[in-house]
Amino acid sequence: MITIKNLHASINGKEILKGLDLTVNAGEVHAIMGPNGAGKSTLASVLAGREDYEITEGSVDFDGTDLLDMDTEDRAREGLFLAFQYPVEIPGVSNINFLRTAINEIREYKGEEAMSAKEFMATVREKSALVELDPKLASRSVNEGFSGGEKKRNEIFQMAMLEPKLSILDETDSGLDIDALRIVANGVNTLKGDDNASIVITHYQRLLDYIVPDFVHVLYDGKIVKSGPKELALELEEKGYDWIKEEMTL
Amino acid sequence: MANYTENELAKDLEDQEYKFGFTSDIDADTIPKGLSEDVIRLISHKKEEPEWLLEYRLNAYRIWQEMIEPEWGHVHYTKPDFQDIAYYSAPNQTKKYESWDDVDPEMKETMAKLGISLEEQKRLTGVAVDFVMDSVSVATSFKAKLAELGIIFCSFSEAVQDHPELVRANMGTVVPHTDNFYAALNSAVFTDGSFCYIPKGVRCPMELSTYFRINQGGTGQFERTLVVADEGSYVSYLEGCTAPQRDENQLHAAVVELIAKDNAEIKYSTVQNWYPGDKNGVGGIFNFVTKRGICGTNSKISWTQVETGSAVTWKYPSCILKGDHSVGEFYSVAVTNNYQQADTGTKMIHLGKGTKSTIISKGISAGKSQNSYRGLVQIHKNAQNARNFSQCDSLLMTDECGAHTFPYIECKNSSAKIEHEATTSKIGEDQIFYCLQRGISEEKAIGLIVNGYCKEVLNQLPMEFAVEAQKLLTISLEGSVG
Ligand SMILES: Nc1ncnc2c1ncn2[C@@H]1O[C@H](COP(=O)(O)OP(=O)(O)O)[C@@H](O)[C@H]1O
Ligand SMILES: [Mg+2]
Repeated sequence: MITIKNLHASINGKEILKGLDLTVNAGEVHAIMGPNGAGKSTLASVLAGREDYEITEGSVDFDGTDLLDMDTEDRAREGLFLAFQYPVEIPGVSNINFLRTAINEIREYKGEEAMSAKEFMATVREKSALVELDPKLASRSVNEGFSGGEKKRNEIFQMAMLEPKLSILDETDSGLDIDALRIVANGVNTLKGDDNASIVITHYQRLLDYIVPDFVHVLYDGKIVKSGPKELALELEEKGYDWIKEEMTL
Repeated sequence: MANYTENELAKDLEDQEYKFGFTSDIDADTIPKGLSEDVIRLISHKKEEPEWLLEYRLNAYRIWQEMIEPEWGHVHYTKPDFQDIAYYSAPNQTKKYESWDDVDPEMKETMAKLGISLEEQKRLTGVAVDFVMDSVSVATSFKAKLAELGIIFCSFSEAVQDHPELVRANMGTVVPHTDNFYAALNSAVFTDGSFCYIPKGVRCPMELSTYFRINQGGTGQFERTLVVADEGSYVSYLEGCTAPQRDENQLHAAVVELIAKDNAEIKYSTVQNWYPGDKNGVGGIFNFVTKRGICGTNSKISWTQVETGSAVTWKYPSCILKGDHSVGEFYSVAVTNNYQQADTGTKMIHLGKGTKSTIISKGISAGKSQNSYRGLVQIHKNAQNARNFSQCDSLLMTDECGAHTFPYIECKNSSAKIEHEATTSKIGEDQIFYCLQRGISEEKAIGLIVNGYCKEVLNQLPMEFAVEAQKLLTISLEGSVG
């Protein structure tokens, strides 16, 4: 699905990603953990195509195409989805209108017919139920006045609507109470399939009780420094990130 | 309300060029260029006007000659040469049309290009279109239906012929010919426009709509609109403008007068999309308009405007809140791109007790354009318990454009309550990135964000207009983020 090789990226002349390697296959869930400032959100932004970053070295292959060569919107249209750590508010634009525009742009890109209003509304109903999103929120302005938890749930709702191939969830668990966490995880698990994959970025192992990863990676100082099965998350939780630091200096 | 502002955005985004930039080839009857008392006499004669109207014109002309072109606006342009303008141009139509089928095919084509094919219009939700091609109305619809209710909706010239007493009693009572330079010029040389009268207690059942269009190269347009809503009546009036692409600047100096008698309500909506000039600021329409309404007791006048066109715009739709408890509203979206300049806003003159006004202004500047809001809220001595709320927001699309706010408040009654809010923001890169990440193109993203930003104003427009306005906003901001 995605193969990242020796990725180096900097912002304002400061190198943040320093030779990152990662391969994710269809059907897999990968967790990326790491201390604050390690570069987790940077990785997500670079993959999604945020322009502020300069890629100085490395390559990213996304289903056979050079991801770094694609426009931001085309990456999305090809099935890359980012659930933002800090979703933005777009006043005056309803969630519905926003999503309908997105879906139809993606369909147009693929040479498909626009989704009918009827089908669209039926999908909205189905998917908002999946993440237990109050249907009223669907017609409110995008994220405007949403609580932190509602914003995160709205990200998963959008993900459910767009049915991406590769989802990157950037700290979707932060700011969620246990109930919301369960709902979000349930959404992600339901959407999981043989031909899609997820990268779940998280700070705490808590989320991984609900979304069971196939692999856990530790991102530290711009590199993946350790990878392992799901038990690695527990070990990290127990020993803390200092453990990684110590291991690295050995 | 239906969420019509949420309708899908325009499909016709691909078309980067000015969409309505074309010229119809219709024989026109044009008076040679230049302005003098003789030209005014000729216009008046051609239009078979009564003596009092000729006198009115000549009076205005004499006063205009003594006036100096205003320079206080935050706009810069080469002043028009008033001797280099042809003051009269009428499509060569000898007979009036009985039905739409009789209309010149070429003219129909023009209307089709404008997206208002008559067949379509007739079927539309009760929009009566009084199509002003150049200076003479060539077609009027739904007249019979309106006539049943005693509503008069016709070209200004027709009104002068058929209802001279109504015109004479009301014309110039809100915008006197002495008002300002451009109003005086208009009063002297106006060729046509629209007239509307709603009788006592009548609620006009459809949106009245006029499409103005400048068609003849080098012809200045001096439209005159007069809307009189008699006691307890209601009318919603739409004015939409497009113009063909031109290299030389074209002057437009219209006068619009609204009279809302006691307990009456007038809703006046404008979508203005005249040729703004090219990317380098060449060409485009000069739009110097005087729009004003006067309110009787308990009456209401509401101006809504979406301004995307013209090279230079200078206009301040205003309300004189004379009657006690009357209400004035101004909702505006003004978009400037490339080298466009807009100086627009409103005046709310509170004379009566308990009068209320609301001002919502959204200025959007892109390219190297300059966008100014200029507003005056005046509370007079006797305006006990007057209230005003103003909100002026500016959105900047680039680092090279400018947004300016000039709010003036004059308050002579201490019981007044005046609130003013203003914000300036730059279009959010985060917002655009968020949209792109969902597969939405940058152009559409900007369209969405800007339309969302203007929602309060767009919501005031009648449905069909709101949809058109959204498309216009999107089209006029294409490729504008920097
Ligand atoms: N605009 C910027 N300019 C300079 N440094 C930045 C900028 N944005 C982020 N950084 C730095 O990049 C590093 C990685 O940040 P981030 O990817 O957000 O970390 P994480 O998501 O792992 O907490 C941090 O040290 C942060 O301070
Ligand atoms: Mg982060």
